Amino acid sequence: MRILTIVKQVPDSNATIKVKPDESGIDSAGLKLVPDPFDEFGIELAVQLREKRGDVEEIVALTVGPDKAAEALRVALAMGADKGMHLNDGAFDLTNELLLASIVAQAIKRDEAGFDLLLCGKYNIDLDSGAFGPALAEYLDIPHVGAVTGLDVSEDGKSFEARRRIEGAEEVVECGLPALLTIEKGLVEPRYPSLPNLMKAKKKPVDVLTSAELQTDESLQVATQFQSVAPPAPKPDCKFVEGEPEDMVKELVRLLREEAKVV
Amino acid sequence: MTNNILVFIEQRESKILPASFQLLALAEQLASETGGEVQACIVGQSIAGLADTSASYGAKKTYVVDGEEFAYYRASPYATALSAVIDKADPKAVLISTTFMGRDLASRVAARKKAALAIDCTQLKLEGGDLIATKTMYAGKFSATFRLSGSQLQVATVRSNVFAAKEPQSGVTATVENVAVTLGEGDGRLKVKEVVASSSGIKDVTEGDVVVSGGRSLKSEENFKILFQLAEVLDGAVGASRAACDAGYQPHTRQVGLTGKVVTPKLYIACGIDGAIQLLAGMRGSKVIVAINTKKEAPIFKVATYGCVADLFAIVPLLTEEITRLKG
Ligand SMILES: Cc1cc2nc3c(=O)[nH]c(=O)nc-3n(C[C@H](O)[C@H](O)[C@H](O)COP(=O)(O)OP(=O)(O)OC[C@H]3O[C@@H](n4cnc5c(N)ncnc54)[C@H](O)[C@@H]3O)c2cc1C
Ligand SMILES: Nc1ncnc2c1ncn2[C@@H]1O[C@H](COP(=O)(O)O)[C@@H](O)[C@H]1O
Repeated sequence: MRILTIVKQVPDSNATIKVKPDESGIDSAGLKLVPDPFDEFGIELAVQLREKRGDVEEIVALTVGPDKAAEALRVALAMGADKGMHLNDGAFDLTNELLLASIVAQAIKRDEAGFDLLLCGKYNIDLDSGAFGPALAEYLDIPHVGAVTGLDVSEDGKSFEARRRIEGAEEVVECGLPALLTIEKGLVEPRYPSLPNLMKAKKKPVDVLTSAELQTDESLQVATQFQSVAPPAPKPDCKFVEGEPEDMVKELVRLLREEAKVV
Repeated sequence: MTNNILVFIEQRESKILPASFQLLALAEQLASETGGEVQACIVGQSIAGLADTSASYGAKKTYVVDGEEFAYYRASPYATALSAVIDKADPKAVLISTTFMGRDLASRVAARKKAALAIDCTQLKLEGGDLIATKTMYAGKFSATFRLSGSQLQVATVRSNVFAAKEPQSGVTATVENVAVTLGEGDGRLKVKEVVASSSGIKDVTEGDVVVSGGRSLKSEENFKILFQLAEVLDGAVGASRAACDAGYQPHTRQVGLTGKVVTPKLYIACGIDGAIQLLAGMRGSKVIVAINTKKEAPIFKVATYGCVADLFAIVPLLTEEITRLKG
């Protein structure tokens, strides 16, 4: 079995993000970047599958991003991936998920051995969208299961059973490989890459592909265009209810009924 | 391309998701600007009766794809069905709710139809035929705008509870067009083996109009009972912080936040939750936020609408009592 895990580099969730004065994007100077936490679930899952099974031949980690995104690949390699693929070109618009998916699909199709299992996070914490995974599956014409919380790959490595929690229900699905899964919190806990493993990761091979090899689809580029990013409108200050617990509760319920009209 | 706005009506077990009615109201607003009409698409099994409901909320015409292969949501067959309806209806834009199904379906359909796409919009407006979509970015910390080109099909998923639904009109009969869909070879690759409905009455945290959420300070699974009691009288769901889930008080499926679920209920009640930036990522879009915390400096009060600086163990049971009394 060959597994592809896809990882995007995003701002650390604890970092203070600053928007450029013209709102054309964020100020990346000195910004701490990390592999997306959801994508780390995918990497961890791949590594655990190899530890549990005898048939995982290779785990490839792929990222799209500038030079600096190589650091996210290195974390994946240190966690246990064997090889990296870095799609690195200024022409790749990182805010357009359908476009990214079409570029990644081209890169995957160049790989002759092919992948049985493709893994990525349920969504990325920069775009807050989750369109990438399903769109990639569509471009590759393979099935996908979104927001997976449980997984059982069959012994022969040809199919799997997956669980996911949807609104109001838990779903169990069955599907053949190849397929793409996007991973939800709770399935695995990502390991911390050790320092020695981070050093070793430097020696693992990374293929770099650019717009010389991968085409940007004009129509996708034009269809969805990022415009601006700004802090959200400020919220009015919190109204505190005062007094003894009984008074607080009475006043709170009154506000919820009469002012907010939500109860 | 017509100027019509097509709304994907989400149903489960022949029950329409209330967020779909919110979409119909938004579609009406957009259609009045494009000069088109509001149309709907329903996919499922034994759903014929639902067209009248969608009509009563404003759909001028409803496309129905009904068949046993659509009994449960599966990305690929549903994408095939919605694509077939898009081919027939030729709408300017398609609106879908931001749910597990919606994110999934919108993404596959947009990829298939080479459409413009925006996920989880909190605002949608027209500008010279293009849709300007506002959505969050960076785990809810910022608000971004995307331009969806009007020269292509536009697909947008819309956050629940941002737009208000209209009151249904009675006595409206739907104009229905049944669409026969032939599934492709690839559509059968995934099978739904089992759907275990959460019939226990406990809603998933993403489905409640009200979410009562607890943090590490609850101290045990047992103590979460008081939150479930409050959730019950409010017909809501229960959520938890990561610290509470990691401590084993609640399963990770209830975790709200950056690595948990994003919820946007009408009312979110945070009980003993500090309000770490990663927690806020999952709930700051809620309409009204109540925070109960012993520490006045807790960051949760920065996003709260109403604050209660007190012991949750004293407040929550009283709150349950008071609401029961009023509803009783
Ligand atoms: C990559 C990453 C992802 C993360 N993802 C998430 C996520 O998805 N969701 C999430 O929640 N966290 C997430 N976290 C963790 C987050 O940073 C916080 O650690 C966590 O949210 C804290 O949970 P808490 O508020 O329950 O606990 P605490 O921080 O321990 O806060 C407890 C609060 O309860 C109050 N309190 C104590 N006793 C009482 C009482 N009797 N009555 C009333 N109030 C009381 C205290 O004043 C305090 O404010 C993530 C962190 C990282 C680094
Ligand atoms: N630039 C990128 N490089 C690598 N993976 C990406 C990139 N953009 C999106 N992804 C993948 O797409 C998944 C969903 O992302 P999104 O649709 O952006 O929320 C992530 O978990 C990633 O695995």
